[in-house]
Amino acid sequence: MRELVTMVVVLTVLSAFSGGLLSGLRDATAARIEVQQLKFVKGPAIKAILTGATNDPITDRFALKDGDIERKFFVGKFDDKANTVVLESFGKGYGGDIGLMVGVNIEEDKIVGVSVTTHSETPGLGATAKDDPGFAAQFKGLSLNETFKVTNDGGKVNALSGATITSRAVCVAATGAGSVYQKLKPQLVEKLKEFNQ
Amino acid sequence: MAKTFTQEFTKGLWEEIAPFRLVLGLCPVLGVTTTVENGIGMGLATTFVLVFSNLLVASLRNIIPSKVRIACYIIIIATFVVVTELLMQAFTYPLFLKLGVFIPLIVVNCIVLGRAEAFASKNSISFSIADGLGIGIGFTLSLAALGAVRELLGANNLTLWTTPTSVIGLQEVFGASFEPFAFMVQAPGAFVCLGLMLCGMNLLGSK
Repeated sequence: MRELVTMVVVLTVLSAFSGGLLSGLRDATAARIEVQQLKFVKGPAIKAILTGATNDPITDRFALKDGDIERKFFVGKFDDKANTVVLESFGKGYGGDIGLMVGVNIEEDKIVGVSVTTHSETPGLGATAKDDPGFAAQFKGLSLNETFKVTNDGGKVNALSGATITSRAVCVAATGAGSVYQKLKPQLVEKLKEFNQ
Repeated sequence: MAKTFTQEFTKGLWEEIAPFRLVLGLCPVLGVTTTVENGIGMGLATTFVLVFSNLLVASLRNIIPSKVRIACYIIIIATFVVVTELLMQAFTYPLFLKLGVFIPLIVVNCIVLGRAEAFASKNSISFSIADGLGIGIGFTLSLAALGAVRELLGANNLTLWTTPTSVIGLQEVFGASFEPFAFMVQAPGAFVCLGLMLCGMNLLGSK
């Protein structure tokens, strides 16, 4: 009986200590990790979308509340006018969530570019969604107010060969970005005015 | 059995060098050694976990009940692995991206659990730290050596460390006309290289 109590106590104390330490460390490093992710994962995707922007979209970012979720937006200035925002959206791919950055011109509701950030798709098949510039280029110039579908499902987007599920996931992510955009558009317009001053 | 601090440290570097003598911890050995840099990064991460888990297991060795000792060791090891993972994300993010899933897999690396069970649970704190450091550095050296052979032959490069602005290392070691064996940086190349290196180690050790 005594032995049993010792075992339970030791395991409990050890687990509690471990949990406390890790949650503390997680809080302490969260801000730095976010900066690193912006720099190495999201940064290149955002910069690729906003080629030619005159500002640094990583510093010019803001967050808006969408229900309980906080969404981040990155601002792009062209000809000294902040008229473009980039937001991230997710779709369920073959190997897990696919992150997609979508850049949209707020005056025309048109997509200026999309770029895949994180994915765990099959190398050589689904992974080409990130590497093949032709696939992402199909979204350019389309209106973000429509629903995106691959050609097999009656849409406009040509799927990557051998990676229909991945292509569908990218379409779902782009459509998701569209619905967030429509919902938050009034607030986005207000926010962008601040960047124009 | 009476050994000194230095002996406990140096045994991990040659006599009991984990991947080559004990043939332990082969998953990262085969998985990440496509470049020297990955090997060093993985080795240092493992060393960090090894030293701290040995330290904690040794200091708690009289408190932990023997029936639940493995569970306790796993909690300790897993804690330090997550600490490593968070710190790497915060400070060396590109390396973390390259090593990917192999960092969380340190939890099940049998070298770490093996040292906790076979050494740290029976020895003093200072000896356990020496043992952890020795085995860890030996592991790092093995990974770096295997990484060097594979990267030299497979990519004709030798990257020691990548900073955001530059790469420390050598490019095109054998000259631009050398056609790299792409085979060496793929998985089968790892097995062939490891086999040849084991063979060499055994030849040296058999005298």
